[in-house]
Amino acid sequence: MSDNQGILWEVFVQTKPGLPHKHCGSIHGHDKEMALQNARDLYTRRNEGTNIWIIPASEIVASSPEDTGSFFEPANDKVYRHPTFYKIADGITHM
Amino acid sequence: MTTQEALFNYCLRLADNHLILGHRLSELCSKGPVLEEDIACTNISLDLIGQANALLQYAASIENNGRNEDDLAFLRHERHFYNSLLSEQPNRDFAFTMVKQFLIDAFNYYLFDELKKSKDLTISALTTKGHKEITYHLRHSSTWIDRLGLGTDESNLRTQNAINELWRFTDDMFVMDEVDKMLITDGIATDLNIIKTKWQNTVNGAFEKANLKIPEKVWMQYGSKQGKHTEHLGFLLAEMQHLHRAYPGVKW
Repeated sequence: MSDNQGILWEVFVQTKPGLPHKHCGSIHGHDKEMALQNARDLYTRRNEGTNIWIIPASEIVASSPEDTGSFFEPANDKVYRHPTFYKIADGITHM
Repeated sequence: MTTQEALFNYCLRLADNHLILGHRLSELCSKGPVLEEDIACTNISLDLIGQANALLQYAASIENNGRNEDDLAFLRHERHFYNSLLSEQPNRDFAFTMVKQFLIDAFNYYLFDELKKSKDLTISALTTKGHKEITYHLRHSSTWIDRLGLGTDESNLRTQNAINELWRFTDDMFVMDEVDKMLITDGIATDLNIIKTKWQNTVNGAFEKANLKIPEKVWMQYGSKQGKHTEHLGFLLAEMQHLHRAYPGVKW
């Protein structure tokens, strides 16, 4: 097995037209086309998808675990920011 | 020869090309250069074997002599297989495998595209469905031709060596005989000279782009349409047919 498997790409698959792309895993590939084909073969061969995005893992900017306190906790006690006082109409499935 | 016999033979040719190429590719299962490519090759192998299965089912129904698709795949002898000489060549290195895939994918791509228009409704339906898969196969192998040809000196050399070795088997794919002529008249089969022109354009273009050359003055090998094969097919069949012959009718 070769050590040089190319760079790591994160894969996002859209399961139906109109739905958001969801992260489903990662693959290796030396270039965009190879990565796209690898993603297709690995993540959509059982009819899971209608569209694929791939993104070089190194290009993703992520918050770090140390940021959790300052980033997310202030939202906890501001209940008025959550749309919990509304009723969702019948027939709306993807909220 | 009756039309029924010609059609039976024609279906075997289409099916055997896929079955043997698919089996060759399945030999890479767990042995691919990287995990992702291993899955890609195995996927394509499954596509090919699946299409072969459907074509052999149809062949069996045309023959109407009590044989089913498994009998046709696993109980025929070497001289009754009609796959192209190119499809039975061993994988050797990855460049060799991809050059072989590419040359056959391009052939299948244009052949199936023409056969969609066949007046035989089953052949038309099967090739319409199969063409979508083959479109992907061609995309996969042609991007590898690009990558290997334009990669390093080593990858270019290996790819060029593969082309030099395999080129002698390419003309065999385009041989036509009375089976083709009879079915072309009926609007069932397609003229392989038309396929050859398109195939040459695609192959020439891809090789030129990838800094690869088609060898000149090659002594072409023929024989697959008469069931005359290279020494490699017998070994392939020994492995592919062993289980079914040792345990007749075995199921999962």
